[in-house]
Amino acid sequence: MADPIVEVRNLRKTYGSKVAVDDVSFAVQPGEIFGILGPNGAGKTTTVETLAGLRTADGGTVRVRGIDTQRDPVAVRDILGVQLQEAALHDKITVGEALNLFAGFYADPADPAELMAMLDLTAHADRRFAKLSGGQKQRLSIALSLIGNPEIAVLDELTTGLDPQARRNTWELVERVRDTGVTILLVTHFMEEAERLCDRLVIIDAGNVVAEGTPQGLIDALEGGRTVVVRFAPQDVERGRRELAVLVDRDAEVEGVAPVDGSDTEIAVTGTRRVLFSLVPALATADLVPDDVRTVTKSLEDVFLAHTGRAYATGADDATTDTVLATEGVRP
Amino acid sequence: MTTTTATTTAPARVRSSGAGWRGFGRLLRTETAVWLRDSTSVFFGILFPTVLLVGVGFGIPGMREPMTDVPPDSIWYGVTPIATYLPTVLAMAIGTLAILSLPVTFSTFRDKGVLRRLSTTPMRPQAIIVAHLVISIVTTFVGVALALVVAQVAFGIVRPEQLAVVLGAFVLGLLSLFSLGMFLSALVNKPSTANAVASLVYFPLLFLAGLWTPGPIMPDIVRQIGQFTPMGAAAQAMDEGWFGTEFPMLQYVVMAAWTVVLMPLAVRLFRWT
Repeated sequence: MADPIVEVRNLRKTYGSKVAVDDVSFAVQPGEIFGILGPNGAGKTTTVETLAGLRTADGGTVRVRGIDTQRDPVAVRDILGVQLQEAALHDKITVGEALNLFAGFYADPADPAELMAMLDLTAHADRRFAKLSGGQKQRLSIALSLIGNPEIAVLDELTTGLDPQARRNTWELVERVRDTGVTILLVTHFMEEAERLCDRLVIIDAGNVVAEGTPQGLIDALEGGRTVVVRFAPQDVERGRRELAVLVDRDAEVEGVAPVDGSDTEIAVTGTRRVLFSLVPALATADLVPDDVRTVTKSLEDVFLAHTGRAYATGADDATTDTVLATEGVRP
Repeated sequence: MTTTTATTTAPARVRSSGAGWRGFGRLLRTETAVWLRDSTSVFFGILFPTVLLVGVGFGIPGMREPMTDVPPDSIWYGVTPIATYLPTVLAMAIGTLAILSLPVTFSTFRDKGVLRRLSTTPMRPQAIIVAHLVISIVTTFVGVALALVVAQVAFGIVRPEQLAVVLGAFVLGLLSLFSLGMFLSALVNKPSTANAVASLVYFPLLFLAGLWTPGPIMPDIVRQIGQFTPMGAAAQAMDEGWFGTEFPMLQYVVMAAWTVVLMPLAVRLFRWT
């Protein structure tokens, strides 16, 4: 592997008695989309803000292209583009003005017109910031992080508050940016986003790295077998649960039977890869016809659960747009 | 995008000369253009002093008649009331943007993360502060110039007895009031707090500068207190320079003291996040 373009080693940052980042280490390779994934308050933003030299670390080292950003933060500002969580622009500045303004700060800026075209902002060039939609604001924010022609772009919670369509469009955009050669450090609390976009990622919880790898690699490395969710008609649920519960003692393939949280009609059956073979005959014998049977795909949420012992919950700040469910490891 | 990324780059200094203030001209132009869209600031900064002068001059009877009911040895004897109002209006003009506008502008920047956002670019966040000081000071000059021209045309203002004293008082007043404005900007965090605090400071200052009781009709107690405020001292010093023959030493020292104390404090206390 090439030398890492970003390297964080044993980073620690406290605010008074509160430990924001306890011990975080990772290395980002040039040209990849690297994710920092974790629930709200895990220390993700503090990590990247320290990395960008905006905060002073209490311990550890952060290097961007070999430069210690704690000692010399100014030295990386031309090569590190940062998109902060909050909007950070005048209400009355237009899209075109903002891009031209920021372009002036850099030695070798990108062409604002090209960026606007790439980010689908050309039609809104004369529109004021306050009048932009959430998706347009995010696209402008991404454009601003790229205006200096950076080698590395830090994108912090870039799809929070976007509707699903805008979110998917933004994901495509991030991939296009990466294809131009920019290394991307993606900070997100959104599992699906990390799974979809990241080449590699770290999962951070309570200021510590709990897992590191490729999304698929992390999922494949999970212990254990399958979960099958069976949905019954309301009058059959109780009988179905009793019939299936018997299997736990009788059948080696079945390890657990439990109602799915938040559902009155669904029973989750966990077990080995062969759990379905045990389940179906039992239903047939009892003459219980389920309304629906499906196997549950493992995801990064299960990785989080396996490493922290806790279900993944993001906090309530964006409950309207995020549908990350905390169902004791079962994703219906 | 024209980016090409060097995949294995040795640690290198990428700082180029001029970074830190590169693009300041564009920043100043853009900030000016955006600021001019805020009609409230533009009105108060540029038009308010003139509107006030004209309104009072033509709205209140007798404002344009030379005063003969003051003691003959008074510096205001034979001067029109509207002329005695001018120093107060000018003192108000140099404090309006400094006190009312700057704290709100800077706390909004802080609140919205504009200063933090700039910190991530090669441009120093100090630049936007400097840009807005330039904008406010230039606007203040424009507002003052307009007021002077209109006052001359409408009322035929008196030539100052001691022009240098008036100019010195104007500059010191500007420095002390902008120092106070920057000090408030450093202290308050939220734009809503800034608005409230700015009003709480601004209107008593106006009162003590004689906006309701200018020159000859100012109660002695207001004058006694007012001379220790930056705006009051500016008004009294310009008054003396305009109509009197003495040097307003106390008022000069007061304004200098406000400046010397508050400006370094403002710089030291200013928060970027």
